[in-house]
Amino acid sequence: MIIDLERFVAQEQPYWDELQSMLNRMEQEAGAPLGLEDIKRFDYLYQRTASDLARISTFSAEPTTRRFLENLVARAYAEIHETRHTRDRLNAKQWILATFPQTFRRHIRAFHLTVIVTLIGCAFGALVVATDAPAKGVILPFDHLHGNPSDRVAEEESVTEDRMKGHRSQFSAELMANNIRVSITAMALGMTWGVGTLILLFYNGIILGAVSLDYIASGEIVFLLGWLLPHGSIEIPAILLAGQAGLVLAHALIGFGSEHTLRERMRVVTPDLVTLIAGVSLMLIWAGVIEAFFSQYHEPYLPYSLKIAFGTTELIMLYVYLARFGRGDDRAPGASHEMVTAGTPTQ
Amino acid sequence: MITDLRRRLTIETPEGVAFTIYLAGPFTRFLAWLVDCLILQVASWFVYGIVAAMTPIVGNMGVAVLILFFFASSFAYRIGMEWRFRGQTFGKRLLNLRVVDSSGLRLRFSQIVIRNLLRIVDAMPLFYVLGGVSMLFSKRHQRLGDLAANCVVTYLPDNETPDFKQVLPGKYNSFRDYPHLEGRLRQQVSPQEADLLVQALLRRDSLDAAERVQLYQELGRHFREKTTFPDEATVGITDEQYLRNVVDSVFRGKR
Repeated sequence: MIIDLERFVAQEQPYWDELQSMLNRMEQEAGAPLGLEDIKRFDYLYQRTASDLARISTFSAEPTTRRFLENLVARAYAEIHETRHTRDRLNAKQWILATFPQTFRRHIRAFHLTVIVTLIGCAFGALVVATDAPAKGVILPFDHLHGNPSDRVAEEESVTEDRMKGHRSQFSAELMANNIRVSITAMALGMTWGVGTLILLFYNGIILGAVSLDYIASGEIVFLLGWLLPHGSIEIPAILLAGQAGLVLAHALIGFGSEHTLRERMRVVTPDLVTLIAGVSLMLIWAGVIEAFFSQYHEPYLPYSLKIAFGTTELIMLYVYLARFGRGDDRAPGASHEMVTAGTPTQ
Repeated sequence: MITDLRRRLTIETPEGVAFTIYLAGPFTRFLAWLVDCLILQVASWFVYGIVAAMTPIVGNMGVAVLILFFFASSFAYRIGMEWRFRGQTFGKRLLNLRVVDSSGLRLRFSQIVIRNLLRIVDAMPLFYVLGGVSMLFSKRHQRLGDLAANCVVTYLPDNETPDFKQVLPGKYNSFRDYPHLEGRLRQQVSPQEADLLVQALLRRDSLDAAERVQLYQELGRHFREKTTFPDEATVGITDEQYLRNVVDSVFRGKR
C-alpha cells in the first residue's frame, strides 16, 4: 500500500517544522533549560514525527521525505534519550580538588604498571651506560648529555652571565608544547593495545636511567638532583600519568575479563581519559615554566640546596594531592561508570 | 532495483522506530580535513602577522605565544568547533558532514576531545595512513579516534521535503475515469517502483533532454505492462504525462 503522500506531507509538515525549529533553538542554546510545557510539546512532536517516519517507511518508499524525517527523528532522539550524566559547565574547583585525583586513583593499577615499565627502562639505561659508556651517544637524544658530566657541571657553574636571558619564554613554550605532545602520544598509543605506550615509557626510562647513572658515576649527584628535581618532580609523574591514560585506553580496547561490548567500555573510559590528559597538561605547563625559569640556573646563581628542597617539596605535595584529595567521594561526581542502554545500532 | 552504495547505520529507538544515518567515506572526510587545514593555515598567517608587528613591544614573549598557538590551534580549533556546532567544523559544514555518537545519542565533550587527540595516532606514520587504513577496513568508516570515542561521521541529508507540486501538478488525469483500473495499478506498483517514478520526475530538469526522453520511454513501457488502460485514456499523451498520471493515481489514492 502507498499512502497519499502529498496529503500526508501537507497535513504533517507544520508539526515537522515546529520540531525542527525547537531543535534548532535547543542546538543553538545548548545548556539552556526547557520549561515543562516545552518539554511536553517536544516529546509530543518527537513521538508524532517518529510515528510519521514509521508510516512512511511501512507504506511508501519515497526517499526524500523519509530521509528528512530520519534526520529530524535522529536529532530529536539524541536530545530525548541522552540520559548520561553530563557536565556542560566545568566546575574548575571541584575538578582540581576532587575529580582529577579521584580519576587517577580509580586507575591506580595502570599507574603502577607505568612506574614498573619506566623503572625497568631506567635499569636497562643504567646498565647500558655502566657496561658500554660510548653507547650513551646513541641512546641519549640531546648533545649536551653526550660529554663528561663533570665537564658540563664545571662549565655550568663557571657561567657569569644569564644565558637564558631573552629566551626564557620561548624555551618554556617549546618545553610545554613538546612535553604535552609526547603525553598525548603516550595516551593515544593506547590504541596499539598499549604496546606503543609501553615502548614510549620504556624509552623514557632508558634516558632517565642512563643520564642518572652517568652523573652519579661521575660524582655529580647534587648537581643532578638540583638540575632535575625542580621540574622533573612534576614532569616525570606527568608522563607516567599520560602512560596511565594510554594503558586505561588499551585495557578498554582489549576488554580482558569484561562482559561489556567495546562501545560500552570505550564510553566508560572516555571521560576519564580526558580528565587524565587535561591534568597532565596542567602539570606540564607548570613544569615548563619551572624548567625554563628555575631549573637551568645553577650555583653560584642558585644554591643546589634550595633547588633540591623546592623539587622535593613539589614531589611531596604532588603525592599528597594525588593520594589524598577527594578521598571518601571516589565514586561520586566524575566517576563515569554509566552504561548506555537506549538505542540499538545495527549495520 | 537501486542499490545505495553508501554505508549506513540503522538505529532502532526504544519506541520501535528505526532511522538510518549515512556514513561519510574517507574521500569526503579528507576534503573536509583539507578545508580545515587551509583555514588553520590562514589563521596562522594572521596571528603570525600580528605577533611579528608586536615583537618590538613584547619581545621573546611573542615567539612563545606563536609556539603555543600553533600547537594548541591544531587541537583546539577542531575541538572548539565540533563542540560549539554539534559535531561540525567549517570543513565538515561545507561538505555537509557531521560527527555524531555511534548510538545516535548527543555528542559529549569528552568524545570530541578524544577523537581529536587521537589524530596523533591516526596521522602515523605520515599523512593519516593509519587512520585512512582504519577507515577503509572499518564497517562504519571510523578512524582510530572515532573508534575510541564511539563516534561516526555522517552525511547530512537535505533539510527539505520534496516539492510534490512538481510531480503532481493537479492537471486532469485521464486515468481517474477508470477507478477499477487505478485500483489494480495501485495494487501492482511496489513502493520501490513508485519511489523510482517519483525520483525520475523530481529530477526532470537535471536530466539531459535526449536521455530524459529515453528514460521516460522505458519507464512508460514498464508501467504500461502493469495495467492496460483503454485507448481513450492514453491516446495522444506523452510518456512523461503517462508517468505523471501513474504517480497521481498511485499517491493520491481514492477520491
